[in-house]
Amino acid sequence: MEKELKVAALRNGTVIDHIPAVKLFQVVSILQLKNSHYPITIGNNLESKHIGTKGIIKIADRILSDDETGKIALIAPNATINIIKEYKVVEKRPLVPADEVHDLVYCANPVCITNHQPVPTNFYVLKEDGQVKLKCRYCEREFLREEIKLKKK
Amino acid sequence: MHKSLVSITDYSKQEILSILESARDFEANPNRKTLDGKVIATLFFEPSTRTRLSFETAVVRLGGSIIGFSDAATSSSVKGETLNDTIHMVSCYADAIVMRHPLEGAARYAAEVSPVPIVNAGDGANQHPSQTLLDLYSILKTQGTLENLTICMVGDLKYGRTVHSLIQAMSHFNPTFKFIAPDELRLPEEYRVFCRQKGIPFTESRELNDNFNDADILYMTRVQKERFLDQIEYERVKNVYTLCNDMLAASKSNLKILHPLPRVNEISMDVDKNEKAYYFQQAQNGLYVRQAIVSKVLGLIE
Ligand SMILES: [Zn+2]
Repeated sequence: MEKELKVAALRNGTVIDHIPAVKLFQVVSILQLKNSHYPITIGNNLESKHIGTKGIIKIADRILSDDETGKIALIAPNATINIIKEYKVVEKRPLVPADEVHDLVYCANPVCITNHQPVPTNFYVLKEDGQVKLKCRYCEREFLREEIKLKKK
Repeated sequence: MHKSLVSITDYSKQEILSILESARDFEANPNRKTLDGKVIATLFFEPSTRTRLSFETAVVRLGGSIIGFSDAATSSSVKGETLNDTIHMVSCYADAIVMRHPLEGAARYAAEVSPVPIVNAGDGANQHPSQTLLDLYSILKTQGTLENLTICMVGDLKYGRTVHSLIQAMSHFNPTFKFIAPDELRLPEEYRVFCRQKGIPFTESRELNDNFNDADILYMTRVQKERFLDQIEYERVKNVYTLCNDMLAASKSNLKILHPLPRVNEISMDVDKNEKAYYFQQAQNGLYVRQAIVSKVLGLIE
């Protein structure tokens, strides 16, 4: 039985593959695809040899910025990002986490000022010993990537 | 604009030393008119009489005036005014703002939106830099140096913000640390990592006993009942971590005992008359250090 989801081949644009299925809609949210007018194909719960079930996003005619790549790297560090031109992969974008993230995630500290007043969050991204941590600019607490929650936009 | 003081890490080693230097000046002559005509706001969104009186006395002895509130119940924040709006309103009247707030990060945020310098007088469990600077001043004054000292910290090393800030501040001065705490209140991993990264030697132990006999400074902290799930464990810890006068017999002659105060029962009253007890003078040192801090954020000293 053919389980592969057939999606149209992309002529120009960006393919984000190997997104863990549970993270797919977070990536959709980060890229604000809801408001995008570019042709988009989104697949989810596809079988993956490596990560169980995966999601994939294909965006035609749009190349992700480094800032967007940096945000995806925080949420789905093992995803792959390929830039496509004329049906060919012209760039495999490394997933390097951004150095700072502005108003993307909530602070996990319940008594942080950002959870009580209209203050946009800001985090420094610390990369130590292969671990990625986020340090709140306000309460100065550090959190593991898994502890943080994405803001709903 | 002059720099706010939110966190002890805002200051370099040189800035810390120059603050301590001017605190020494203020101690020699605490009554001056250098803040003549200046208005300092003390905004205490949660009460802390000790800290507020220290800052207000510091300002008044330099000829400055005070406006503000001592409790959020009397301020407009109970009517739902945002911190942003309160800070903007107050900065119309004051040359600098000293603030204490129950929420962590409140001071950093205030410093970002404020047109006048902010001095953090405590933001929840996060930072309280004037306490750290008065701790350093007390160490400098009693030991003659900050370099190469053995600092023994006892009690609540997990939640005690004064301990964490003191570790960060002392890291400039080649210290050796001895951490003594029950398992429940052990120093968090991130500070142990911090010490390792800076190459600072430290030991950890669970028993107070005479583990501090080679220490120059014994820094005691409050062990709070609320931190324990098991009240029987609290009773045990409370007794084990009480410093009594006879435990000091074999300690170094230059040892001084510090405590951020108020104490509960970590230090027995019979220690008070020992010349190694320094916690009351330590509190008084806060006045001179706060005179230096307010003068610095206003750009009146380097
Ligand atoms: Zn925070």
